[in-house]
Amino acid sequence: MASSFVLNGKKISLDVPDDMPLLWALRDALELTGTKYGCGIGQCGACTVHLNGNAVRSCLLPVSSVAGQDVTTIEGLGDAENLHVLQQIWIDQDVAQCGYCQTGQIMSAAALLSTNAAPTDADIDTAMAGNYCRCGTYVRIRQAIHAAAEQTASHHEMPETGTGELA
Amino acid sequence: MTQRHSQISDAVRQASLGVSRRNFLKITGIAGGGLVIAAAMPAMAEEAEQDLIRSSELNAYVQIREDGKILIYSGSPEMGQGIKTSLPMIVAEEMGADWDDVVVEQTPTVDTDLYGKQSTGGSYTLNREWNLMRELGAAAREMLLGAAALVMELPKDELKAESSRVRHIHSQRSRSFAELANLAQQQPVPNKKDLIFKGRQEYRILGSAKSQVDSLDIVTGKADFGIDAQVDGMLYGTYARCPAVGGKIVDANLDELKRQPGVVDAFIVKGNGNVRELMDGVGIVGSSTWAVFKAREKLRATWDEAQASKDSWSDFVRFAEQAGATGEKTKLERGDVDAAFTNPDNTILSALYEYPYLSHLCLEPMNCTAHYRTAPSGDRDHLEVWLPTQSGPRFQQLAEKRYGLKKDQLTIHVKRMGGSFGRRTSGEYACEAIELSKRSGRPVKLTWSREDSIQQDFFREGGFNHIRGAVDQEGKIVALEEHAIGVAPQGKPSYFSGVNPGVFPFNTQASIRGSLTSYRMDTPVGPWRAPYSNTHAFVSQAFIHELATAAGRDHLEVLLEMLRPARWLEPDNIRSMNTERAAGVIQLAAKKAGWGRNLPEGRGLGLAFYFCHAAHVAEVAEVSVEGDAVRLHKVTAAVDVGPIINMSGALNQVEGSIIDGYSAMAGQKITMEDGRIQQTNLDQYPVLRIGSAPDIDVHFIQSDYDPTGLGEPGLPPLAPAVANAIFAASGRRVRKMPLLDLGYRV
Repeated sequence: MASSFVLNGKKISLDVPDDMPLLWALRDALELTGTKYGCGIGQCGACTVHLNGNAVRSCLLPVSSVAGQDVTTIEGLGDAENLHVLQQIWIDQDVAQCGYCQTGQIMSAAALLSTNAAPTDADIDTAMAGNYCRCGTYVRIRQAIHAAAEQTASHHEMPETGTGELA
Repeated sequence: MTQRHSQISDAVRQASLGVSRRNFLKITGIAGGGLVIAAAMPAMAEEAEQDLIRSSELNAYVQIREDGKILIYSGSPEMGQGIKTSLPMIVAEEMGADWDDVVVEQTPTVDTDLYGKQSTGGSYTLNREWNLMRELGAAAREMLLGAAALVMELPKDELKAESSRVRHIHSQRSRSFAELANLAQQQPVPNKKDLIFKGRQEYRILGSAKSQVDSLDIVTGKADFGIDAQVDGMLYGTYARCPAVGGKIVDANLDELKRQPGVVDAFIVKGNGNVRELMDGVGIVGSSTWAVFKAREKLRATWDEAQASKDSWSDFVRFAEQAGATGEKTKLERGDVDAAFTNPDNTILSALYEYPYLSHLCLEPMNCTAHYRTAPSGDRDHLEVWLPTQSGPRFQQLAEKRYGLKKDQLTIHVKRMGGSFGRRTSGEYACEAIELSKRSGRPVKLTWSREDSIQQDFFREGGFNHIRGAVDQEGKIVALEEHAIGVAPQGKPSYFSGVNPGVFPFNTQASIRGSLTSYRMDTPVGPWRAPYSNTHAFVSQAFIHELATAAGRDHLEVLLEMLRPARWLEPDNIRSMNTERAAGVIQLAAKKAGWGRNLPEGRGLGLAFYFCHAAHVAEVAEVSVEGDAVRLHKVTAAVDVGPIINMSGALNQVEGSIIDGYSAMAGQKITMEDGRIQQTNLDQYPVLRIGSAPDIDVHFIQSDYDPTGLGEPGLPPLAPAVANAIFAASGRRVRKMPLLDLGYRV
């Protein structure tokens, strides 16, 4: 019953049923609630995490299947003191509305940028097709991913956080 | 509740008790220093005057902390509409605060005596709170100026509050708000009538683009959604209702459920038959959400469906198709409609429009965490809930009505909502959590599955409108008649059809008739983003285009003709259409979209205007149609909601409304047979993906009328604009949603 894997850089061992989806192991057993339950059938992307750097839907992934592997959640991508470039740009450009899907959106976008430093609109549409936003923030999501790619490419200093003023 | 919150609440309670007839604002110190401004509530004011009543709508108060931070409470729940950012912006502006110094928190509990309405909905919250937020900010500013005049030994009228400091306008001398806070709280409270608000040219915060106050929490996974509540000792729960609404529980295999891994207990729960309170069901509690979801798959329940819904969408369609031009109940009639329809010189056009039921599909499934503490005999019970809701006070009323719990027996934590769109206004998901907590003696986090959240909804109702119009020889629309066929749950017509006198074009046309026929459908219905406008805009604004086309005239010209002369239909009523503002947004949208320009074969522009939620909105859609493939390239919107509070939030709402409107129009439809909802999850209820999202260009006319909200009014014009554009591109009419049902690919 015990599953061991690397979560956000730390090895952990967890005593939950083997068939429990990683989503529920994260949310209920580990109290990491940044990964969201949306549909439970891999259609909405709210539960997106990284498995060995790839974006996967944790609602369909039995916890036993990630044994020994690297799992990164939004909590591991960056926190208030050390934001990922996408998180910073998501704040600067005020992407979210209700915000429920956005951790999943950011995890998918981070996986995209890790393999494609300068995605086109078509690349973004393909990589982000599995992430639904009920509030309809797609226009801003697309702009934010482009902005993050440009910022990373130009090696500029990240802006100061917390001003709330838009870029 | 934390110690700090208790102190603040006590301070405010004392302040409110001390209210005078003259001063609607009261001020007091709190432990540790600081400035608190609270509202006087009519219930507490012994001789409440007429002008005090509005003060009861206070839903925020201000505290200046010694560290220089300015805490502004938000009383209205946040669901993505941005109210938690926009209302505090108004307070901060009038105070002269630096937005970077502002910290916003949700009011710590539900108490309308202290905080006012604490609800949100109808895109009306901003307009409702506009004056009060300004009053709070301006009163705080005056008291800070008064304190500074004493400390700096300068005339008050030579002082100015800006960037969280009071400055002397003739020198460089200044004091920070934090330095002045203690003395400021001892200053006389200004009379509301003496408050002077800033002019728009003085604004530093309002009208600028601010990222919402919870952005950092959202992107790091720390946002305070209901579904993320964690309470010591809590169990996880779920609740199964009859698949046909209204069914009563007879029996269930509880023993088998209790044997499932991780299950702690299972219960049969008898409800009161009210879908907004508690329906019969089977509750399961266990050690994880997964454990109770999995156990639920093993549920075998027997339901008595004698009183349950037998709804059939296909029967409803057949009924509507046989209905005529005039319905059983005339709702409004003006002018000689029949003369226009029998005049042989007029061109008569008629059509049947159809729109489906829709589910809310809030991405955060329905949930509530409840801890019901049954007291030993002699003591009183206590209920604590962590509840995502559009109205905490409404739940408070329900808790008293259903459980006999008074305000002091309740602790309500209003949580951020992962979308609501009108959904989280009912009490059943809270009651279910309470029932499971009472029975298990533990705190319970109840989570609905996605399937439950789709199927056990209060749906946007489906319906049909027969519509006909008469055009005279000059091409002028001389009569319109609409017959709306709507639903009547439990025999009670919901009349969410849009056939209302204040609705365009009923509010401007000389000869008009609107009638209704209701058809019994027991499936629960409720508000869904821009109620009735989201369907009636489609019917009416697409049909006006049909009439303009039949007359061989330009749609833009016909719309402007219908709106002449320029007038405010009910002067000074912000909820009433102003034809001048209407014409303004129509002309601006048309201009920005390049209305009238030549487009390649298979490409077209479509225009639509609608007025709802006190907002005038026009949209132009640019569409191409190739075979059965539709592509929405761009939407240009022009919006008049008065001055914009938060430019980023305002743009976001319009962009989102357009995409949401297209998502619904493109693929969404809920059907039912034998009372059972036939769609279960996203694989059967398609949603718009990023690749189909259009470019969006939004323009605001920032008129001098009072500001109003934007959560809903951007949505209704989208469907008719797209329908009209599809006709322009292909010559094919769209009189039915969704597009997938018409054989289109999106």
